[in-house]
Parts: sequence; structure tokens; C-alpha cells
Amino acid sequence: MTSTTGRTLAGAGTPAPKPSLRRRSSRGSILADKAATVVLWGTGAFVLLLLGAIILHFALAAWGVVSPSFLFSDPSDSSLGGILPILWNSIYMLVLTMLIAVPIGILGGIYMSEYARDTGPLGYVTAAIRFAEESISSVPSIVVGLFGLILFVDTWHWGFSALGGALALTLFNLPLMTRLAEQALRAVPAGERSASLALGATKWQTIRHVVVPLAIPGLVTGVILTAGRVFGEAAVLLFTSGIGTPAHYNFGNFSLTDPSSPWSPFRSATTMSVYIYKLQSEGLGAYVNQIVDGCAAILISMVLIFNLGARLVGRVLTRRMTAA
Amino acid sequence: MAQLTGAQPAAGLRIRPGLLKRIDVPQVVVFMAAASMILIVILLLAFIARQGIQLFVADHVPFTQIFSPTWQPDPGSGPTSFGILPFIAGTLFVTGGALLISTPLSVGLALFLSEIAPKWARSIVQPALEIFVGIPSVVWGWLGITILVPFLSGTFGHKIVVSLPILGQVFSMPGFLTGFSWLAGSLVLSIMILPTITSVAYDSFRAVPQELRTGSLALGTTRWQTIRHLLLPSAMSGVLTAVVLGMTRAAGEALAVQMVIGNSPSMPAAITQPVTTLTSQITLDMGNTVFGEPWQDALWTMSLVLLVISVASVVMVRMLNKRRMGS
Repeated sequence: MTSTTGRTLAGAGTPAPKPSLRRRSSRGSILADKAATVVLWGTGAFVLLLLGAIILHFALAAWGVVSPSFLFSDPSDSSLGGILPILWNSIYMLVLTMLIAVPIGILGGIYMSEYARDTGPLGYVTAAIRFAEESISSVPSIVVGLFGLILFVDTWHWGFSALGGALALTLFNLPLMTRLAEQALRAVPAGERSASLALGATKWQTIRHVVVPLAIPGLVTGVILTAGRVFGEAAVLLFTSGIGTPAHYNFGNFSLTDPSSPWSPFRSATTMSVYIYKLQSEGLGAYVNQIVDGCAAILISMVLIFNLGARLVGRVLTRRMTAA
Repeated sequence: MAQLTGAQPAAGLRIRPGLLKRIDVPQVVVFMAAASMILIVILLLAFIARQGIQLFVADHVPFTQIFSPTWQPDPGSGPTSFGILPFIAGTLFVTGGALLISTPLSVGLALFLSEIAPKWARSIVQPALEIFVGIPSVVWGWLGITILVPFLSGTFGHKIVVSLPILGQVFSMPGFLTGFSWLAGSLVLSIMILPTITSVAYDSFRAVPQELRTGSLALGTTRWQTIRHLLLPSAMSGVLTAVVLGMTRAAGEALAVQMVIGNSPSMPAAITQPVTTLTSQITLDMGNTVFGEPWQDALWTMSLVLLVISVASVVMVRMLNKRRMGS
């Protein structure tokens, strides 16, 4: 009995288990345990150190580059210049995409959480939706961009447009938004629904006035997390919203159809991630490295803001709503 | 006749509110929002497949030619050959390298988070991982260009030779020269897929019942023995799922890889040499080619290959999950 335990634990096939040997093997397994603990702590430390190094690197790289004049002036060939049109495009694309993706995603999440059945004839539809959700999530972003190229740019003759880019971003991020909305809605306790239905409310009234309001903290977190992904995406936009350096934008031109208006969705719109890709691949100009470092630092800060924001807003909303 | 037609609209009016009442409008709307994803997948498959087969249908390139190792798409410089084997091999090798680096690290990290880390450590490391997920791929690529690539060329730029006292030279490999290489691509990817593998593996470790752990520890095993002989085998299909998901992400990643990999359209030779992948060649060439020419059609064929890979991985993950549920 003792011999077999000793053998399996030590992993060595010594036939004659002398007491001394057994003690050594158990000391060995304790040593292995200690070593494993150290190594596994090391993986955690590695991640933290790497993240710290990356943040520090960009903080140092952005020092002296990112300033109000960098954020709020036009790109220039001869000096450092600024990124105002590109920053504007990033925010514009984010808002445009979220305007399309959030309603569809939340409505889809409502279906998946409140209506979808796993059995019966509709069960096959639910399974198909889930399969589609997983498939889109695993399609490479560059392929989604190519789909946008063939559909919006070539077939519908939109050319490179902010709207085409936003639609491509929407279909790429719809699974994420839908899943996060579904999770937020599913987290609402079933008792709340039963109570509302027992008071005579219809199913839709229950969803509209009970379930969705209770899920708002989760929904807001989902929106922010999706926004974070939309903001940094580049591969989807390369072939849908274009990759040029925009000239000066006249923000007084509020036309929604004029291609030279910064407010129009029917113009090409290079975002910050795409701009990084463009600058590094061309490698032209004396200030390329500084500009890219500055843009990357802004992107990293936005990632931090989106992540911390999602946590903070979720927590604050939950506290306020549970207290009320 | 005239009376009949006069009566019909009235009857129709009376029926219509009934029909509207029977159709649950909100349900139809939310259903359409969810089902739009099915439509997206069908459109995606249809459009990419239609473009992807043009190389064979419109340009009459023999199907077997894509398995040739020669990529010579420019008709201006001799007879063309649309062998996409170097790209498929590049994608496989670079992804494989990334998995070799990332899997032990990510599984270790998942074990740390689920078995060892005290609450405070978990509450720091998990948000850090979420930030990793959020860092855009161009930023990873830029870090690769400005830090990793110069480091590789500076440190291992020349021929790498390992010699032993008596045996002499046992191993030699060409150096990195520029640093843009297979290894640089694999390293960048390994960090990018780390959060994916870690979070899925973590979930599968958490799913192992607590009683099994306490039972094992009560038998006198150490924590590492419990992990090694109980936790890893029971969570194996979950870990495999994690690896498949990491592989999918790595194979589909475009910009970060393209930026550090060197983009040489030949078969991968050594980890120190430039290679190319499906995604990076598409990214590079799509803008320089004309719609409808065989060169661009070959790029569409490559994106069809990518799409098939990703759908296959979804099916693979589902099979792994089914096995996990079954056992």
C-alpha cells in the first residue's frame, strides 16, 4: 500500500521501497510542488511586469509628443503636426458604429435571453443563431474587411466611406454586443419577471419596464467593452473606410451628404489605428516614429479608460440602482 | 359584384387589427435583430466564396496550381503561378510557433489564477489580462517593430552556432539579419493570444468540482500533484478548446503579424528568416491589385481559405464541448 503510493507520487518505479528512499521521494514531490508554485506565481508576475513595461514605454515615448497642439492641429509634412482629423474620424466612426450596433445588439440580446427556446422547431433557429454568433466571432477581421470591400465599396459603389466602415465594424462586433447584452439580461433574477407577470403585465411590458431597467449596469458595461474593441480595430477598416491622410477638415460644414464635410458618413475616414498602420508601412517623413508613438499612446490610454470606465460605471450604476 | 367589392374592404379592416394583435410585434423585432447574424454569415460565406472561386472559374487557373510552392502573380515578370502553399505553410508555422510559446504560459497562468492566486493577486492579474485583450493589434505590431525586431537583429543578428568542446559544432542557423522573421511573428502572436487561451482554460479549471480537489488533497498529495494528475486530465477538453480558440485568433490576425514578419513569399526555412502568411499577403497586395485580375482573385481565394479555417475551428470547438458535456 505504502509502496504503491510512494511510487505513483514520486513517479519512479523503484521496486524495493526502503524507508529512506520513500522519504526522499516525498521530499522530491514537496520540492516539485514548491517549484511549481514558484513557476506559476512567475506567470502572474510576468503578465503584470509586461503590462507595466508597455504602459511605461508608451508613457515615455509619448512624452513631448502628445500635447494639445498634437491633438488639435492638422497633419503636416514638414513638422510633427497634429492628428486632429484622424482623432475626429476615430470618434466619428465609434459613434456611428455604436449608433447601429447597440440597438441591434441589445434587441438581439433580448431575444436570446427572453424569447429563445432550445427545444421544439424554434430550437433549431436558436442553435443556428448561436452558431452564427460563434462563426462571426472567429472570422478573421481582415476577411470581414474584405467582405465590406466587396459589398459596400465594389457592389454598392459607395467607394471608401465612413458608413461602409461602420457597417463592417457593426457586423464584426454584433456577436460580442449581443452576447454581453444577453448575459446582462439573464443575470436579472427570474422572480422579478414572475412578479411583473403576476401583476398582469404582458411579456413585453415586463421586459420593457422590469428586465431591461434592472439589466442597465450590465448593458452599459457591455456597450463600453464593445466600444473599446471598435475604437482600436484597423483590419476591418483598411479596405472599407480608406487609408488616406485626410486634409484639413472644415467643421463648420455640417452637410451630411457633402463628401468634403467632416460630418458626412459618405466620405473616406482614416481612423487612428489605420493611420498607425499606414504611417509605419510607408515609413516616410522625419516624424513618423513620434507620430506613431503618440497615436499608440492615445490608443493605450483609451483602452485603459474604456476598461476602467466599464468597471466603474457598472459598479456605480449597480450601487445606485440597488440603493434606490 | 359591385356590392361584393364594396363589402370587402370593410371585412379586411375588421380582420387587420386581429392579425396585428396576434403577431407579437416586439417579439418579431427582437427576433429579427438576433437572426440578422444568420443573414450576415450567409452573406459573408456567399460573397467570399463567389470571389474566391473566380481564380478557377474566370481565370481558368487549374485548381492544383494553388498547391504549388511558387508564388509569381505578376504577369509582367514572366509566366504566372498562383501557388499559395507558402502562405498556408507560413500561417501554420507562425501560428504553431505562437501556440508552442503561449500554451504553457497561458495554461500556467490559468492554473495560477484558479488554484494558487490569493484574491488580491487575482484582482490585479485579471484586469491586466482584459487590458491586454483591448490593446489594438497595430499597437502590438508597432511594439514588435520598435522593440522586438531591433532586439532580435542586435542580439542574434549573425549566424547562430552552438558548439560543444569535443563534439564540435552541433547546431547552426542563419542569423536574423534584419530581425523581421518567423520568430518575431510567433512572439507577437503569442502575447496576443495569451488572454484568449488563459480565460478559456481558467473557466475549464474552475468547472472542476471542488470535492475532487479536497478528495485528492486528503489522500496526502501535494497541490502540484493534484494539478498534474487530477485537474489537468479532467479539464483537458477545455484546455484543448482554449488552444483551438487561440489558434483561430492567431491564424486570423493580420496587421501585427504583417508588420514584423518580413513578408517573403517563399516556403518557411528557419525561425530566423522572413516568412509570410495568408493574412499578411492579403493585407499587402489587396490595395495594389486591380479588381478582376488573377492576382487579386488569388487573394480572394486565400481569404476563402481563411474563412474555411475559421468555420472549421468553430465546428472543432463545438465537438470538443460536446465531448466535455458528454463525459
